[in-house]
Parts: sequence; structure tokens; C-alpha cells
Amino acid sequence: MSDSFFTGAPHWTWFIIPYFFVGGLAGGAYFLSALLDWFGGAEDRPVIRTGYDVAAVGAILSGLLLTIDLGRPLRFWHMLFQSEHFPAIMFKGWSPISFGAWAILLFGLFAVLSALGARAEEGRLQMPALRAVGGVVRGGVAKLVAGVGGLLGLFIAGYTGILLSVTNRPIWADSPWLGALFLASGVSTGAAALILLSPGRGATERTLGWLSSFDAKALVVELLVLIAFIVSLGSVNRVWVSIWGLLLLVGVVWFGILAPLRMHAKRQPLASAAKLVLVGGFLLRLATMLASEGIDRYRVAAGL
Amino acid sequence: MAEAMGFFTDTTVCIGCKACEVACKEWNQLPAENGGVRELSGDSYDNTRKLDGIHWRHVRFIEQFKGPYDGRWLMMSDVCKHCVQAGCLEVCPTGAIIRTQFDTVVIQSDVCNGCRACIAACPFGVIDINPVSGTAQKCTLCYDRLQVGLEPACSKACPTDSIQFGSIAELRTRAHKRVDQLKAQGVKAELYGADPEGALGGLNSFYLLVDEPEVYGLPRHPQLPSRNLAKSSTFSVASAAVLGVLALVGLRKRRMDEQSRAGGGPGNV
Repeated sequence: MSDSFFTGAPHWTWFIIPYFFVGGLAGGAYFLSALLDWFGGAEDRPVIRTGYDVAAVGAILSGLLLTIDLGRPLRFWHMLFQSEHFPAIMFKGWSPISFGAWAILLFGLFAVLSALGARAEEGRLQMPALRAVGGVVRGGVAKLVAGVGGLLGLFIAGYTGILLSVTNRPIWADSPWLGALFLASGVSTGAAALILLSPGRGATERTLGWLSSFDAKALVVELLVLIAFIVSLGSVNRVWVSIWGLLLLVGVVWFGILAPLRMHAKRQPLASAAKLVLVGGFLLRLATMLASEGIDRYRVAAGL
Repeated sequence: MAEAMGFFTDTTVCIGCKACEVACKEWNQLPAENGGVRELSGDSYDNTRKLDGIHWRHVRFIEQFKGPYDGRWLMMSDVCKHCVQAGCLEVCPTGAIIRTQFDTVVIQSDVCNGCRACIAACPFGVIDINPVSGTAQKCTLCYDRLQVGLEPACSKACPTDSIQFGSIAELRTRAHKRVDQLKAQGVKAELYGADPEGALGGLNSFYLLVDEPEVYGLPRHPQLPSRNLAKSSTFSVASAAVLGVLALVGLRKRRMDEQSRAGGGPGNV
């Protein structure tokens, strides 16, 4: 029996699972928008603007979900500053949750800046103060913000998996692949969100075609990493003999990865594949979180 | 720093009276569970079942019965191990978990914000949320009593000296003598967590066991959560690099397709 079976469940459930999904999606969407911002053309602007909006809303929502989930939400700032020595910084580079608290704050800042810049570009900012900030984020400054924000986006997409691996819980701590898996899933769900939302903002067929082609490749990477994750679990895989294993196989592998890949290959409607990718991305987090969370009950039932 | 202090729990003399559980609850003013209405486990005389935010001591009953006249009860008063290398302290993002001058590990309830990272990090399943405070809580090894020269409430209350409190160096000497005594009597006895060169740099609450650690609900090789950090980060960076390259290659292909279309267009014929 893995030593991870002797631990207690942290009850990371109905706020943390959506956070992992939204954070991954927002990080992935920002990363792709930043890439297009740097290496794409003028025709990609509608997708870039959509990506920055998705990232800004996602980052704010992520912060809210994380805060609501705390046992003492009003003490959320204790993760950023030393409560007894304010304003001394609270930061542990070796603790993913500490690193992540700062990363989500900085990512939110960069995502909001980029979104304001994109909105100023469209002339959609009414408030003078916001228009002034948005006006600064253009040209070289916008590129710089996108570059740093894109890296932060990738970090946000993947660190949640690393956070789970840096515990002692079953499944999570039994494999080093969760960070890579969540990162690949975050980027593919980010692409799917852009495919679904950007046509309404005037996205061109060529940009959507690139997104679709990239999403297919990201799904292949996700599938390969998922296989590596399962193989690395070894004897712990018996935990999948449960409803969560069924969900992983049917919901994630079949509906979330293989079916959209088939659709991409057959050039079927982009939106249908994108919706399945989003559902698969959510179910991936649901299955990996709850499969481990539920083990505490088995432990108690077994009298351990 | 003062001398390292801790517990040596000799499970062979525990009688399962739960005086330690009661003393702990009383001294630390821990709330009753379920409004004071005790839910019976239904399959054991052990109704506390596990350590959590309001049970900082738990007398584990291990019922090993092959038949009505063939079996034994093992009893162990379980508690936070106050690890020399503590996983909870390592991951805590608020700095709420500290190491005291007695080399014990304490959660400061006024700093903790209830993120629960420590619960998942503890290799022994010791920590949980106290629903009254909304913060993570566990045994403090009676830090308040230690500061005024008193011994912890649980060891003070233990009627058989199964829980012994003292300096770690002295407790280790005492524990090794007891193991030798039991072995001389033909009892299979081993120490768990007494080796400073062993897992987690040794435990400041260590045990004398007469069966495998797993039987007592203890992991054989407890580890720090950070063991996965480097590997997991490396795989994530590799995954990010692969995705980045795939995205850039796709953009380059798109541009080249565009250029070849423009080059083959009517204007260039």
C-alpha cells in the first residue's frame, strides 16, 4: 500500500475544482493570445483581444474562488504579507501554494492590463482613468506585458498540478506528471474557449484554423501525458476502480480528448469539438480531485 | 533553543482508557463533535476513529481477532508527530506553522487562513480544520504548559505511563531499554520514529510498536511533500516547451503557406 493512503483529505472540492479549471483555461487563453500578439498578424487581433478578456475575467474569478474556499476568507492576504509584520512579504519559493498566490495576483494584473489595452485599441473604454491605463498598454509596452503575462499564464495553467503533487495525498503525490497534465489541459481548454468566443468578436477563418490545428496537437500532448500519469501511478491505479475511473475513461479520454481529435481530423464544426474539450478539461480536474478526496472515507471504513 | 522535548508512547502498556483524549480536550477547550451527540462507529469500540481539528489525541483500537478466543487488542494513543522535518511547516503559505524553542511544531490559529495545504502535506493524516475557528488545528504539545514548566495534559493524565514526556535524548534512551526488555521476553517490539537518521529526521513523538506500522495506521516511509517538486516542475516546463514549439511551428507553417499562396498568385505569373 502506498504511504499516501495514511493521510487526511484537505477537502479541496467545490470551489477548488472550478478554480483549477478556470485558472487553467485563463492561463492557456492568455498564453495563446500572447503568442499571437508576438508572432501573429493583424488578422489575429480579434482572437488576441478575446483571449485577454477571457484571461482577465478568469483571473478575477480564480481569485474569488480561492478566497471563498478559505476557512477564514478575510485572512486571504496572509498568503501575500506576513500578518504579524505587515507589510513584510510572505513568500516561500518551495511551496507551490505560496508561489501560486503571488502568481495569480501578478497574472491577474497583467491580464487586466492586456484586456484594457485591447479594449482601448477597440475604443471601447468609457471611463477616462481606464482609457488612460489602456492607452499606455500599446506597441512595445503591450508586447512586454504580453510576454511576461504569457509566461505567468503558462505557470497558472500548470502550477495547480504541481501543487497537488507536492502533498502526501494518494494519486496526487504518487505521480510527478500532474503539473504537465494540467498544463496541457489548460492550454487546450484555453484554445477551445477562444474557438468558441472569438467568432463573435470578428475572428477570421485563418486564425480559427490555426487555433483548431493547435488544439488538436495540444490534445495529443495531453493524451500522452495522461498515459504517462497513469503508468507512473503503478499499484495506486486500483483507486480508479470507481466512478472516478469511469469518468476519467469515458468523460475525459473519450469525450474530452478522442472525440474532439476525431472531429478535428474529419474537419467537423469547430464549436462542437471545442465544447467537448471544455467538458473534458473540467472532468479531468473533477476526477483527479475527487478520486483522491474520497479515499479518506475508505481509510476510515477500513479502520486504518 | 531549549532542549528538544516530545513524547515516547509505549503502546504495550496502553489500556485504552482515553484519559489522554479527555485531558487534551479539556485543557485545549476543544469543542464536542456533532453538538455533543456521539456517533458510534458501529464496528469497533473506537468511536473517535481519527485525529482531526477537534481531536488532537486519539486512542486507536486495533482489534486483531481470528475467533472469539484467539486474538488481541492493540492500543495506541496517536498524536501529531512533531516531525523534525515537518511537511506541514514546509508548505504553509501564511507562516502560521512554526517550530518552537522546544523543537515542536505549532499552528498559530490567529495567522492560519484555513487554506488546508498542511492537511494534504502531513504524511500521518494528523491535521484537520476545526469547524469553530475555521483554521487548521492539531496538537501543540501543550506549548502553553511547556512555557511555564508544566508537562502536557495528556501525558500528565496517562495512568499507565504509556505516554511519556521528556527530553528527546532521554526518551530515546528509555525507549531502547524498553525494547531490549520486551525482546528479552520474546515480544516482537520495534521503535517507530526514534531514529534521528531515519524518515523526516526523526519524530519528536515516537512509538514502541509490536506489529507492522501499517497496522497502527502509520506509513512505513513517511516523506516530505517537496520530494516531488523538482521532478513535477521539470515535467511541467518540458510540457510547456513542447506546446510552445508546436504553437510556433503552426504559426510559421501558416505564414509560409500564406507566402507560397501569394507567390503563386496571378500577379506573379
